[in-house]
Amino acid sequence: MWDFIFAVLGLMSLLFALVTLLTLIIDLAITGVPRINFEFFTNFPSRFAERAGILSAWVGSFCIMLTTAFCAIPLGVAAGVYLEEYSKKNWVSQLIELNIINLAGIPSITYGLMALGLFVYKLKLGQSILTAGLTLGLLVLPIIIVTTREAIRSIPNTIREASYAMGASKWQTIRYHILPYSSGGILTGVIISLSRAIGETAPLITIGALTFIAFLPTPPVEGHFPFVNFKWLMDPFTVMPIQMFNWLSRPQPEFHVNAAATGVILLLMTLIMNGGAIYLRLRFRKKMKW
Amino acid sequence: MRRLRERAIETVLFLAAASSVLVTAGIVGILVVESIPFFSHVSLKDFLTDTEWTPLFENAHYGILPLLCGTFLSTVIALSVAIPLGTVAAAFLSEYIRPSLREILKPLLELLAAVPTVVYGYFALLFVTPLLQKVIPSLGGFNVLSAGIVIGIMIVPYVSSLSEDAMRSVPGHLREASFAVGASRMQTAFRVVIPAAFSGISSAYILGISRALGETMVVAIAAGMQPNLTLNPTEPAATITAFIVQVSLGDLPHGSIGYQSIYVAGLSLLVLTLCFNVIGLWLRKKFQEKE
Repeated sequence: MWDFIFAVLGLMSLLFALVTLLTLIIDLAITGVPRINFEFFTNFPSRFAERAGILSAWVGSFCIMLTTAFCAIPLGVAAGVYLEEYSKKNWVSQLIELNIINLAGIPSITYGLMALGLFVYKLKLGQSILTAGLTLGLLVLPIIIVTTREAIRSIPNTIREASYAMGASKWQTIRYHILPYSSGGILTGVIISLSRAIGETAPLITIGALTFIAFLPTPPVEGHFPFVNFKWLMDPFTVMPIQMFNWLSRPQPEFHVNAAATGVILLLMTLIMNGGAIYLRLRFRKKMKW
Repeated sequence: MRRLRERAIETVLFLAAASSVLVTAGIVGILVVESIPFFSHVSLKDFLTDTEWTPLFENAHYGILPLLCGTFLSTVIALSVAIPLGTVAAAFLSEYIRPSLREILKPLLELLAAVPTVVYGYFALLFVTPLLQKVIPSLGGFNVLSAGIVIGIMIVPYVSSLSEDAMRSVPGHLREASFAVGASRMQTAFRVVIPAAFSGISSAYILGISRALGETMVVAIAAGMQPNLTLNPTEPAATITAFIVQVSLGDLPHGSIGYQSIYVAGLSLLVLTLCFNVIGLWLRKKFQEKE
């Protein structure tokens, strides 16, 4: 009897959470989807709600994602490999492990404060795309480290022994066996961390993201030698969540519609990315039967 | 040559791992360094006992209490939603349903944590608050109640996912022993599995608390950003994080007292979450020794 009641209770709390998620999505979609059209993606923000678009925001989000991925992935994977394959049981590795657990509990806004003090004022990188990318990169670093470690840990020792038996060195074993076999798990972590970064708002507000920006970063390709430049890294930026926050904090309901439309796009991207990560995780778990 | 290469690679990888410690050191260092000048303007006593927080006004007051109060209030509301929901959901996932169904439901639940916080802010301001106003007509447009509830829903997966892992790692023979003496599923869950998994469950709660304390966008959007010394959840309030957002949106000159005040606020927040993390570690140690 009590068993049944508890089972119902359990099911209800699960359903409550999932229904809330569904309500959120539907509510956002009803308000936002009618506003989404081609102009919404190609217009700059404007004083007039019906003419405003998210061009500078999605370009900014894209540039920052690129920078974030570029600094967080190599660092996170390298750290994960070290902790799983090299580190000995001593106080240094214990300190690092404890620290990574702790980093996961540190509020994201304090990363923003650190970046404002360190990157913006001490290193004079300015309130730029580079600063934002580095900040988010450090923020998602623990996620990449933890998932890399899990992926590596699931590879059985027989693989390593077989590789050593063929005369491979430790690095060769990692480079040609461990990393390729764990790439699925690592990719899952990378996708999750980027989907986290794309929705992150607070630390970017702290480092001084602009809330109204009507120009694009410097194009990375130019007509003369050396054809590429990195000036865009130093340009000011805005991103989709900040654009949404900005519209949301205005009193006029017309801007709230814009906020909802931006929210739909953001939500769609994070859900697709997370769905992809779940799919990858399931697929690799099925395929790899050691 | 080959040994040299191996050593070089190991060193590079070690530096990458050590960089995570540098991040922590950087956060703590910058917060402390930027906060120190603040305390040459404001005495520690004023900071801890003054009941007003108006650092940007003409007649400035620097009492952290109203911000702490707002943070405490939103966290308590969030936890009173997240802990019951999360724990019951975890027990249900771990003890009641088929593993195949769990493989579907658990990732779905985790999607709750993937939704960007600014979207939750939208939800709190434009859906939950109007809904609550139908029940409590006196409720204002900005209030801590709806922000807290929404944060609670958002952190359900943090609580349930880790708790479920902890419950599932309880060895099966404990359950079998419990069933063998005639206990029901629910008795087994509450008297055997949950106590046995308590260290894991408590660290799930601690992570939930850290998340709720540090959550920014929902409170910045839906709670009104007004430092209020009140424990009434239907009133607007400001949390530590919301204050930082509010100040950052303005144009504060580097080195001004307003600029320093966000670092002081950030430092207070960090000390608060660090305390909870330490309690979490201590709990885990304590219960692991007992086993």
